[in-house]
Amino acid sequence: MDLGKLTALQLAEKIKQHQISVLDGVKYVFDQIEAKEDKVHAYLDTYKKEAYARAKEVQKGIEDGTYTGPLAGVPIAIKDNICIKGKTTTCASKILENFVPQYNAEVIDRLEEAGLVIIGKTNMDEFAMGSTTETSAYGVTRNPWDLEHVPGGSSGGSCAAVAAGETYLALGSDTGGSIRQPSSYCGVTGIKPTYGTVSRYGLVAYASSLDQIGPVGKDVADCAALLEIIAGHDAKDSTSMKREDLDFSSSMTDKIVGMKFGVPKEYLSEGLNPEVKEAFMNTLKSLTEMGAVVEFFSMKTTEYMIPAYYIIASAEASSNLERFDGVKYGFRAKEYEGLHDMYKKTRTEGFGEEVKRRIMLGSFVLSSGYYDAYYLKALRTKALIKKEFDEAFSKYDVLLAPASPFTAPKLGESLKDPLAMYLGDIYTVAVNLCGLPGITVPCGKDAAGLPIGIQMIGDCFKENNLFRAAHAYEKKRGDFGTAMEGGEKA
Amino acid sequence: MAKIIDDETMENVCILAKLSLTEDEKEKAKEDMQKMLDYVDKLDELDTSSVEPMSHIFEDENVFREDVVTNGDNHEAMLANAPKQKEDQYQVPKTIG
Repeated sequence: MDLGKLTALQLAEKIKQHQISVLDGVKYVFDQIEAKEDKVHAYLDTYKKEAYARAKEVQKGIEDGTYTGPLAGVPIAIKDNICIKGKTTTCASKILENFVPQYNAEVIDRLEEAGLVIIGKTNMDEFAMGSTTETSAYGVTRNPWDLEHVPGGSSGGSCAAVAAGETYLALGSDTGGSIRQPSSYCGVTGIKPTYGTVSRYGLVAYASSLDQIGPVGKDVADCAALLEIIAGHDAKDSTSMKREDLDFSSSMTDKIVGMKFGVPKEYLSEGLNPEVKEAFMNTLKSLTEMGAVVEFFSMKTTEYMIPAYYIIASAEASSNLERFDGVKYGFRAKEYEGLHDMYKKTRTEGFGEEVKRRIMLGSFVLSSGYYDAYYLKALRTKALIKKEFDEAFSKYDVLLAPASPFTAPKLGESLKDPLAMYLGDIYTVAVNLCGLPGITVPCGKDAAGLPIGIQMIGDCFKENNLFRAAHAYEKKRGDFGTAMEGGEKA
Repeated sequence: MAKIIDDETMENVCILAKLSLTEDEKEKAKEDMQKMLDYVDKLDELDTSSVEPMSHIFEDENVFREDVVTNGDNHEAMLANAPKQKEDQYQVPKTIG
């Protein structure tokens, strides 16, 4: 049996039927890691010994009825900004190089209860700030489809690990597209849930009003099953919502006849790569053939989304990252004169360039004299953007957009011009500003064979529409293929 | 707006951000921030005079709980993360003369 061909749900089913053991799945994943990790570098840390021991424990638990869930026994990788008790959690930053959390993030407790096996921690952009995983202080991750290209970011390690078969599932986090964009670049499926659906307890904060943890997997059904495990109210996160509609899997039918899709026409204007546009338009055609209604409409606030997002995200980041001062955890500069110099030197040496850039921008837009003109202006703009989305969802069930205007850039090209990199987030950031759920599903490849993803955006709490549409489309699309099959490009 | 970032503003930003940049780094940061601010000035095109700033998407509702300790005492494990500790406390440079 080729374990690489199985989805997470299929693996768990075969474990239940005693066709394979939990250990077989875990061993398979570590074999892949051994064979590919020196090329891909998706992980910052792996836990082979613990995972093998845990596999045996879970096997026993499945047999004695402790673990009955649909993903029991499945290996999963965790983005390195999510705390696991006793395991170094660096956020891919030098400033947290030695940080060992004393507690589990809520999502980790939920994975443990559901019988999943944690394989390791994945690479990311430092503090999730970046779109390529190149701002990591611990080296770049490479795209499994072509090792000369980035995996996207910031959850680049999680998406590359799934794409390379180095795990069946992964958790990422999404503040401005950090699950949906790398999912697109790596040809995997990833969903950012409605704000408040998954507890942020134990997720190292970047921009608290925008951050959400979400699943990355091989297909839509795997993501739905994983979201069902991690979603739910948590008293430890004051923004956690009391939702009752957390059954996502049963919304996945093959039929989308009569479903209404809207496409913001501004999203298709300048800057969109022709190959991405073609794949996107072909997907619209597929949906129409399946009986869905696809219409174009105008989203007038489009050009204001990135300015509003970067002001708000940087402002929140500058405030959240104040805590890294060399006192309670992490790195402290070796030489300093007095307390304030210690703070400054620690932060200057401990943070990377992109993080410092955003902390400075955030400090500026929140500073006396500029707060109204920048920060409040951005919050007012956010209200206008939200209003336009509300209007759109009064007409459409789901909005469609590319996940990124282009396919995965080459390594080393994006950080030269930060503003140009930010502009690549055009299709993803508004979803976070408005708290909406969004899913990326692979929908094509460019001439060089790099994956292209379509993004489906739902109204708040309407993940079911996304799972229904994404699952139906995926079925029509057929097999997308796997990266690094029969030797990778290098 | 079209705010021009001068040396004084940059100095103030570094104080707020608690960063000590070299002159070269400061120059580069100034350039980057100028470019970004010129770009976000686009928001000025929008008339937002009648729009309230929106900080939360969902209704603001305070979450209360009884003031009861539910987690155990793990101060030793927490202190173990400190770069410097002494006698069960975080150790920082001398702050009072």
